[in-house]
Amino acid sequence: MNMTAPTLEVRDLKTHFFTRAGVVKAVDGVSFSVGRGKVMGLVGESGSGKSVTGFSIIGLVDPPGRVAGGSILFQGRDLAKLSEEEMRDLRGNRIAMIFQDPMMTLNPVLRIDTQMIETVLAHKKVSKEEARQRARDTLGMVGIPSPDERLKAYPHQFSGGMRQRVAIAIALLHEPQLIIADEPTTALDVTIQGQILAEVQKLCATTGTSMIWITHDLSVVAGLADDIAVMYAGRIVEKGVVGEVLDKPLHPYTHGLIGSVPSRNKRGEALRQIPGMTPSLLNLPPGCAFRSRCPRASEACLTEPLLAEILPGREARCVHPHLEAPEAA
Amino acid sequence: MTVYLVRRLLQALLVVLAMSVIVFIGVFAIGDPVEILISPDADQIERERAVQALGLDLPLWQQYAVFLTKALQGDLGRSFVYNEPALKLILQRMPATMELAFGATIFALIIGLPLGLYAGLRPNSRFSRVIMASSILGFSLPTFWVGLMLIMVFAVYLGWLPSTGRGDTGTLLGMQWSFLTWDGLRHMAMPALNLSLFKISLVIRLTRAGVRETMLMDYVKFARAKGLSPARVTFVHVFKNILIPVVTVVGLELGSTIAFSVVTESVFAWPGMGKLIIDSINVLDRPVIVAYLMMIVLMFIAINLIVDLTYSMLDPRVRLESKGT
Amino acid sequence: MSDAVIPGKIADKVETPFRRFVSEFAESKVALGALVVFIIITLLAIFAPWITPQNPYDLAELDIMDGRMEPGTVGGAGFTYWLGTDDQGRDMLSGIIYGLRISLTVGAGSALIACLIGASLGLLAAYAGGRTDSVIMRLVDLQLSFPTILAALMILAFLGKGIMNVVIALVLVEWAYYARTVRGTALVERRREYIEAAQCLALPTHRVLFRHLLPNCLPPLIVVGTMQVARAIALEATLSFLGLGVPITEPSLGLLIANGYEYMLSGKYWISFYPGIALLITIVSINLVGDQLRDVLNPRLKK
Repeated sequence: MNMTAPTLEVRDLKTHFFTRAGVVKAVDGVSFSVGRGKVMGLVGESGSGKSVTGFSIIGLVDPPGRVAGGSILFQGRDLAKLSEEEMRDLRGNRIAMIFQDPMMTLNPVLRIDTQMIETVLAHKKVSKEEARQRARDTLGMVGIPSPDERLKAYPHQFSGGMRQRVAIAIALLHEPQLIIADEPTTALDVTIQGQILAEVQKLCATTGTSMIWITHDLSVVAGLADDIAVMYAGRIVEKGVVGEVLDKPLHPYTHGLIGSVPSRNKRGEALRQIPGMTPSLLNLPPGCAFRSRCPRASEACLTEPLLAEILPGREARCVHPHLEAPEAA
Repeated sequence: MTVYLVRRLLQALLVVLAMSVIVFIGVFAIGDPVEILISPDADQIERERAVQALGLDLPLWQQYAVFLTKALQGDLGRSFVYNEPALKLILQRMPATMELAFGATIFALIIGLPLGLYAGLRPNSRFSRVIMASSILGFSLPTFWVGLMLIMVFAVYLGWLPSTGRGDTGTLLGMQWSFLTWDGLRHMAMPALNLSLFKISLVIRLTRAGVRETMLMDYVKFARAKGLSPARVTFVHVFKNILIPVVTVVGLELGSTIAFSVVTESVFAWPGMGKLIIDSINVLDRPVIVAYLMMIVLMFIAINLIVDLTYSMLDPRVRLESKGT
Repeated sequence: MSDAVIPGKIADKVETPFRRFVSEFAESKVALGALVVFIIITLLAIFAPWITPQNPYDLAELDIMDGRMEPGTVGGAGFTYWLGTDDQGRDMLSGIIYGLRISLTVGAGSALIACLIGASLGLLAAYAGGRTDSVIMRLVDLQLSFPTILAALMILAFLGKGIMNVVIALVLVEWAYYARTVRGTALVERRREYIEAAQCLALPTHRVLFRHLLPNCLPPLIVVGTMQVARAIALEATLSFLGLGVPITEPSLGLLIANGYEYMLSGKYWISFYPGIALLITIVSINLVGDQLRDVLNPRLKK
């Protein structure tokens, strides 16, 4: 347990979307904290609410959605209560975000240097030359060779991996305390993915930046994160230190996720899958949201389970957690 | 790049040729060419002489060859009415039409872009709804009627602007231009506005659609995630992306605008090419009609080509790809 | 939002596609109002001889002494010129209603003919594919890249004036829109299973085309058709205004407006103004109906 205060503390965050068809509770009571220099892996399928959580923290949830409850404590301030002006001050500055598809996140008609310099100038009153120098430095930090040439180029002239490095460089321009990365390597191929993960890890260790890494890919989380939170249908169903959770998952969903990773299955065995589909967030069944797909479901699951500390340092939202020894992998 | 250019020029050439064939057929082959090419009040002897001179007794394809050769030398016949080379008449009036068309385009951009931007950024506000409703009016209302109304309101009742004609002109590059004088500008205001109405509606709709589409793009969200001010996000990130398609369409429409100026010029008695052609059609001054059609086609093609080139300059994705990175 | 089918639940009321279409159309009060206005206009035009106080084409009924009278004056024949008279002594109201007849007939007529020609060519292009398709589409592109007014001017310059020539010009200018629209839809529909089924049944080509393919291409065609009618009416009015359209003896709205042009500057606005308003209302109402039709019939815009 680290003694210093966590960089980010999310308490009972609720983000709802008020659509004509009804209220979609995309994030429904999520709590976690991220310590200084630590990487939190936020894992879940699409529709689990992990991306919306990220957007809620940085304040970019667009109508018809909004943060409907809870608090987001960042260095002592509640982000959910700040004005747009104050949030803008933090964005790109103290809190930065990296998106999934770098082709779509970099504006195709503007040069790289324009997009980097404007970020510097948005938060610091420096000259254009100094801003350019800073841009050059950060490009170097993420391992982009000959940064001067690259600065003058347009996004489409880069490969996917390069573009994502540029996006990371932009995130680092003001040495933020927190970086939220929303599936940044999903659109890249595996080798590039590995490189970027390694660099990011190194950066966090050296600069003390906290990170939330949102992904559906457990193998990414395994190598990178310190802590992990598994989300399902808008709620966290399991939380803990990454090594322990992946080794001895408590919640049946986490258990199913790990079991369905191809590398974990023996050759010749049928791939294990979690039966059924994620429920529609408009029509959540009563009780545990995972009930309809859970092999361990029982009558007790009709009442909604609370997130409880089942083992020291390990929380799970289940009345039938896997406390027994894991199956032979 | 050069391959592309050459290919486009060849295409253009083909179109001009096709046009010349169509015009030739329309004028020389349909109806009685003797009737239509020779001034109606020529007597028998003059007629025979003219038939010989014009080669109307030759087989059709030979006539076409003659027509083409003459055309390439710049001789497109003499006007019956003015008794001057048709081409010269057209060229004399081109500046008037051109400045009207450009004025209309400028109006369309200055008025249409901000309105469209607003309608796109705040689609549900009252003002936006008014803008969109007016844009329907913009392309429903027949231009000539709006012109009449403009004259009625601003010239007859309010007396602010002159009703017809071109006013004083200044000389630039050996041609007469209205925009160089204040009086000329006053005369130009209403016709240019009238001509621009259709395009304003077009620009508003395009801009609004572009803005709504662009706002949903990830790079806009990313720009906000960087903490950029809303002004910068709108006017740099969004605007530059919609500017390209809007300007392209407006540019391509320029040819259409020039063609459409016939109506505005008639209403406002603006002495441009358009008014000339209408008058010529009414009195069957065929050489002028031929000259006008050929000129218009040439201008059209030139404009299309320039717009295409400009587009590839504006959009970095197109520009650099053609150079083969 | 996807339309989830709840198994086991039977619909309590039979909702045919047509009924749903009508109710969706009626969602826009504006479009509904426009439709009513347009129907009124059409009825006025059809029943013109019975409702107008005067037949403006019958020279015997005109009294030139009654020329250029202001709206509301009572004329020699004893009835009120509600909208004034023009320089020939024609009652503007009658002139407008008769003018509507011409404008609507020429506009809708040319649109219909153009639709028949264009839709057939479009279907042919989509169905036959290959060279036929490219040839037809080249023609369409050529036609569409030419400004309409110019093409119409050219055609009229070659053919001369007159109602039939105007119709020909309008048809030649409009057919390409229909062809392109129909070809687009037909290309998509052509790959659908019911066409394959019809072909498997060895139905003759024209039957497949007209009884199976065409009905499904109708929605966008209807939308384009409606907008085109408005355009045709506007174009005819413009041409007539320029003196290149219908003959003076049977003026359409455009020609009426042209007649009044010279009197505008001396303050006798009504000769141009009221026909203009009539034209306006006609065109705008058709466009509003067309706009709503497009929103209703376009599945992509459905939320």
